[in-house]
Amino acid sequence: MIKVVFTFLLLLSAQSVMAQIIVSPDGGIRSIKEAVELAEPGAHIQVQPGTYVEHNIGIDKPLTLEGIDYPVIDGNNEGYILVINSDSVTVKGFEIKRTGRSYVRDYAAIMIEGAKDFIIEDNRLEDVFFGIYLAQTERGVVRNNRVEAFDTREASSGNGIHLWDVKNPQIIENEVLGMRDGIYLEFVDNAEIYGNISNDNNRYGLHYMFSDGGRYYDNIFRRNGAGVAVMYSDNVDMMNNLFEHNWGTAAYGLLLKDINYSKIEGNRFYRNTVAIYSEGTNEVHIHANDIELNGWAVNIKSNSARNRFTENNFIENSFDVRTDSPRNNNEFVGNYWSQYEGYDLDRDGIGDVPYRPVSLFSMVITKQPESLILLRSMFIKLLDTAERIAPVLTPKTLYDEQPKMDRIRR
Amino acid sequence: MSLLMHIIKNEWKSLLRGKWVIGYGLIFLILTDTLLRFGGGGAETLLSLSNVMLLFVPLVGMIYGILYIYQSREFVELLLTQPINRRVLYWGLFLGISTPLMAAFIVGSMLPLGWHGILMIDGMASAMVLGLGGVLTLIFAALGFVFGLMFYEDKIKGFGFTIVVWLFLAILYDGLVLMLVFLFGNYPLENFVIAVSMLNPIDLARIMVMLEFDVSALMGYTGAVFNRFFGTTLGITTASVMLLVWLAVPTWIGLNVFRKKDF
Amino acid sequence: MIEIEDVKKSFGDLNVLKGMSLTVPKGQATGIVGPNGAGKTTLIKTILGLVKSDSGLIKVNGEPLDNDGRYRKDIGYMPQVARYPENMKVYELFEFIKGLRDQEPVYEQELIDQFTLRPELEKSLRNLSGGNRQKVGATLAMMFNPDLLFFDEPTAGLDPRSSHKFKKRVEMEKENRKTVIITSHIMSELEQLVDHVVFILDGRIRYYGSMENLLQESNETRLEAAIASMMDDDPQEVAA
Repeated sequence: MIKVVFTFLLLLSAQSVMAQIIVSPDGGIRSIKEAVELAEPGAHIQVQPGTYVEHNIGIDKPLTLEGIDYPVIDGNNEGYILVINSDSVTVKGFEIKRTGRSYVRDYAAIMIEGAKDFIIEDNRLEDVFFGIYLAQTERGVVRNNRVEAFDTREASSGNGIHLWDVKNPQIIENEVLGMRDGIYLEFVDNAEIYGNISNDNNRYGLHYMFSDGGRYYDNIFRRNGAGVAVMYSDNVDMMNNLFEHNWGTAAYGLLLKDINYSKIEGNRFYRNTVAIYSEGTNEVHIHANDIELNGWAVNIKSNSARNRFTENNFIENSFDVRTDSPRNNNEFVGNYWSQYEGYDLDRDGIGDVPYRPVSLFSMVITKQPESLILLRSMFIKLLDTAERIAPVLTPKTLYDEQPKMDRIRR
Repeated sequence: MSLLMHIIKNEWKSLLRGKWVIGYGLIFLILTDTLLRFGGGGAETLLSLSNVMLLFVPLVGMIYGILYIYQSREFVELLLTQPINRRVLYWGLFLGISTPLMAAFIVGSMLPLGWHGILMIDGMASAMVLGLGGVLTLIFAALGFVFGLMFYEDKIKGFGFTIVVWLFLAILYDGLVLMLVFLFGNYPLENFVIAVSMLNPIDLARIMVMLEFDVSALMGYTGAVFNRFFGTTLGITTASVMLLVWLAVPTWIGLNVFRKKDF
Repeated sequence: MIEIEDVKKSFGDLNVLKGMSLTVPKGQATGIVGPNGAGKTTLIKTILGLVKSDSGLIKVNGEPLDNDGRYRKDIGYMPQVARYPENMKVYELFEFIKGLRDQEPVYEQELIDQFTLRPELEKSLRNLSGGNRQKVGATLAMMFNPDLLFFDEPTAGLDPRSSHKFKKRVEMEKENRKTVIITSHIMSELEQLVDHVVFILDGRIRYYGSMENLLQESNETRLEAAIASMMDDDPQEVAA
């Protein structure tokens, strides 16, 4: 019996030794495509340092493709580079560059289609059209990759990490720079996205479309053309992210469109043109965020209702809240507003008079945008203070009845 | 040159003795420290400080300039009978009294910013607010000088004029701009409002504060002229140059009035 | 020596100096008298450079007035009202003016002793009595030993003892051939101090000559009476 087991183990290890395939520029196997064709399912292909000019490398069996010291796969601007159609594939440790570009096909450096349980990690993608493309996959992990391409034209750049019709993906600690959308999700269920950095993308750092039940946290979205957009999705949790320096006439720290039952908590919004823009958004709880030095902290359209803003710090935003509604369908309670001028006679830390975050001046500039140049002038301050004391033009029911006297420490 | 320094140093000495320049610095020290203790972070403090600065530094500067002329009439006349050039005397007196006031503001505000660590975190913004306060001090002290020399015999008129000019520049001017914007709302106004704001040194300083703290809002504006002005270095460059012009013009007018004046 | 040729000055519509010509030779002590508003102060201020004349020529020691004010190195001026920066100390004021003139004082210590200012040197000017401030002014005027001395109502704030000392000092300056010009309302004082009189009325010089001549011509024994009789001769002018 012991002998049988021993023989079995020996066989097993022999098989795994056999399954190890080495690719090197000056070895027996010189191309990755060849190695993949030779490999048995479950094989471990090690690729030695060097440059491999190959594209459309199809992977149709479970295997591990590992680069040693970042070998370069150069697609020579033609087609896809790696195309994965099989479950349980791992791709790790490559530098991949120069995919094809097309207006018709989404050429990606790593394309995973109809596969489950894959791991894409530690790769560096440069000068690619799309970076990592997940289509109809389940339970894949995309971790610690870096995708970078600097093509300033939105139309000719693809997305860094693109997910379409995907279930339970994990997008962890990747860095995406200079793509169209950093991370793009469409019809994705229960995505888990954390620790990523998505900067300097032409459009959105993160773009959610029709993707319910996911969450993203501890990410950084910086200097993206239009910030972050979460659209047509329910039950999305957005926590502890940093949204900063998203500037422009159509740039938002976070754009919400048709979002329901979601949570925005513990994020920091810093120096965005609009920190949170909300359209058709309902029952979203915006809680404990730091919203500092933005142009507009919140721009909430009249078709948004029953959203709650609680315990946020609104610090020196040029304008706190903007709305096109004369009524207030949302709730603002217990936030700290640095522009609050009230008093606290009973010393309970809560101001005794309500704070009205919609200033008269914010309505003035809607009508006459050039007057923006008068921002922070004493005359405007006097106007705003007068309007706050006796509101005539600003929404009468939009106020925070329990404004905090001091910044909420976290 | 040494004569100029001799006059400046003498003014410094007697101002330091007068202690109220030190008091002025202390007010800003206490104000900034309090803002930092109870108001929260750097940007908040710097903005509150710049609000106070934009409102009161011009007033204090002007009052200070005109008060000096009124209080020192006989002394200035005595100095004018000494064998020195009026030009040198003017610069000596002006720099002698305006620089300590400027230093009082800058040092008074800077110390708390330093010990609360804001200078390290928000260095550029701090430098901007302190620098603007300094330049405004000089501009308005010069204006005070000019008004003092213009209304040499009539102190009530001089002070009245000063207060009116301050009210106008600090508050009413922007009201007029707003009114014009609404009156001519159908025309492209971006160049106009930029130009008009450049004509008021307080607005000019305010725009520079805006460029530091509100760029994100300014970038939300759709007009191309604003975007070019505020989004590039064009805005900060133009505003700085204009501020220097504003510094040069009142001091130059003051110099000429002083040189030609019959005492 | 001071030479003034047809100097005119008006402030707005008000013609204060209506063409004045005057030569004061070196070593002469001259009193300038006239009613209030006659132009005495303006005349002195014009010579000192405080007021710029509209036309005419002024020469001091042969040199026309210049913008640099170098000619004022030869001038000492004691103003009527002496006010100084309040928290400045007396000795600091002396040091400051010394630096300003870039001249070494000749009589500084002598004058300080003469006017008993030594105990005041460490005091702030704010704490000085009016009389002591006048004495500081007199010291400043004379300490550099200038050729020309201007005193504007010099003894107005002085006690009799100081006044006496001041007059003795002026006597001495006269003996040293200094050109001395004094304006004063106190005619008896002028009688003591000056030998020539300039009488100004309504922007013009009515009389310029020696004191003796004036007394002789007007048949009076006192300057005050002589001046008064001159003003009586010209009633319209005074009224105007």
